[in-house]
Amino acid sequence: MKSADRQFTTISGVPIEPVYGPGDVPNPAPGEFPYTRGIHRDMYRGKLWTMRQFSGFATPEETNLRYHYLLAQGQTGLSVAFDLPTLMGYDAGHPLSEGEVGKCGAPISSLEDMEILFRGIPLGDVSVSMTINSPASVLWAMYLAVAQQQGVPWARLSGTLQNDILKEYIAQKEYIYPPRASMRLVTDTIEFGALHTPKFNPVSVSGYHIREAGSTAVQELAFTLRDGIEYVDWALERGLDIDDFAPRLSFFFNAHNDFFEEIAKYRAARKIWALVMRERYGAASERSLKLRFHAQTAGCSLTWQQPYNNVVRTALQAMAAVLGGAQSLHTNSLDEAYALPGEHAVTIALRTQQVLAFESGVAAAPDPFGGSYFLEKLTLDTEAAANRYIRQIDDMGGMIAAIEAGFPQTEIASASYRYQREIESGQRTIVGVNRFQSDVSQSDAAPIDLLRIGETSARRQTAKLAALRARRDNSNVQKTLDALRRAAEGTENTMPPLLDAVRAYATLGEICDALRAVFGTYQETPHI
Amino acid sequence: MAKPGLDGHDRGAKVIARALRDAGMEVIYTGLRQTPEMIVNAALQEDVQVIGLSILSGAHNAIVPRVLELLRQKEMTDVMLIVGGIVPDEDAAALKSQGVAAVFQPGASLEAIVTFIKGAVPVG
Repeated sequence: MKSADRQFTTISGVPIEPVYGPGDVPNPAPGEFPYTRGIHRDMYRGKLWTMRQFSGFATPEETNLRYHYLLAQGQTGLSVAFDLPTLMGYDAGHPLSEGEVGKCGAPISSLEDMEILFRGIPLGDVSVSMTINSPASVLWAMYLAVAQQQGVPWARLSGTLQNDILKEYIAQKEYIYPPRASMRLVTDTIEFGALHTPKFNPVSVSGYHIREAGSTAVQELAFTLRDGIEYVDWALERGLDIDDFAPRLSFFFNAHNDFFEEIAKYRAARKIWALVMRERYGAASERSLKLRFHAQTAGCSLTWQQPYNNVVRTALQAMAAVLGGAQSLHTNSLDEAYALPGEHAVTIALRTQQVLAFESGVAAAPDPFGGSYFLEKLTLDTEAAANRYIRQIDDMGGMIAAIEAGFPQTEIASASYRYQREIESGQRTIVGVNRFQSDVSQSDAAPIDLLRIGETSARRQTAKLAALRARRDNSNVQKTLDALRRAAEGTENTMPPLLDAVRAYATLGEICDALRAVFGTYQETPHI
Repeated sequence: MAKPGLDGHDRGAKVIARALRDAGMEVIYTGLRQTPEMIVNAALQEDVQVIGLSILSGAHNAIVPRVLELLRQKEMTDVMLIVGGIVPDEDAAALKSQGVAAVFQPGASLEAIVTFIKGAVPVG
């Protein structure tokens, strides 16, 4: 029988086409549920992603100058990096802050520092993201107080507080209080935000740090979305309506080396979240269903060897984030395996985004890889693998129980060890590190002007704080701290007493100490 | 293996701890936020031959000299101190001149670290 005469059908008589393609798979258009192909129909045609470089160092004064510089260079949003003492709730002069003040970010010990940080920056016009977690509500209170000083109504503020404490226990480990007390503080901010800051994201559920700690893309996706589910459960428990807060939950993902896997990850993230919101929580508002995310290129992928190659890595990673439909993006600087970025390096990183946005044409069509057999299949596989993890954590009783059992921590540690072993064996190539090494030290061939932060920042900050303590009304400080302690002991929302305390110029350390006295502190059992 | 300072990025410390264990060494990992005093006391109690510090935050110039000083005070100069992390070349040279046996910078292989320790420490 000639093939032209043969009938190709299933046993039931369903015709079988000679070849199948993406047109055969129901895949709603960009802007349609479940938003696999993007949350907007016109994507970047309507609005480009926000170019937001994470930045902060030395002192609030120097960081403020960097912000003015970045805005003058065409950056469209700000992203505050805080130093380790601030992240851990210690003032600049605390013994544990020794050697750390201003090294990894801006030191902010009081409302005065926050005022300096945003001097001359109109908070009603610039959106601001703040990477702060355990003491997030304190720093947010300072930010809200500065906005008030500038005469900007809270309803006009747009920006994001990272405030994702779960991934701290899982990956980055900048925690202060035990998990449940921390979750109460996060829920306080979600509740306060739902009432007062309709354009501000009180939480940015973050996979970035999970990936940096060595997870796979699937683990990053699964643990992040499961963290998101945990925040939703707590907010619902508080009595909030899903559609009153879910639209303001935002996400933050890594953009790592594996180009197609990263794009698949972002697409799967949107789909899973839309389905979770609708099916698990019965969300009705379309805004609750749409997962919005910030992406940052992978810091852990940057190499110390041949650092100029990092520009190329970052460009590819950034392109994956754009092709995956990111709402905002940070591109790393070539010198970040050495130090915080210098001005020259950060400018190249920002220019990389501008080349992508304005020269490459990748922003012209939404989800341009939609319909690629490879990518569509990879998206489905990523979704399925992430859902298996999510179910596993559901079965463990949720993310806090999983963290207490060390589950995500050990999964990540094993993945990072496997990855390192693959590099060692040569199974995985890192250009310039385990292949194509150069005899000439790169720093000799093309020197980098490294940003160095000395101890003068610490001295300046400590002196400023001492002057503040001498100047302020200390009995009023004590009164606000007592009120905060009482609120923390009870069940009322801690945001109003926190606002009173920061307005009285209570320091970050004093406020966190008041909360430490109520909540205690957390120590993890190390899992190797 | 110890993680001093406020930084919580423990990926490197944990990977190295596993690699040393897989290479047949007995490894004690202190966990996070250890002060120099805590690290040296743990080393004394566990009778270790090598202390490895993982520091990525730029605080090495404040932390490492303090650990060296405590080792001298407690007459533990037979304990070898090695450092891994983001340490610029000139700082690495300065730390070595103060008594650090080796500084492993980003990209250093697990094999190089294992080989160094095996070569520098008597088996037993």
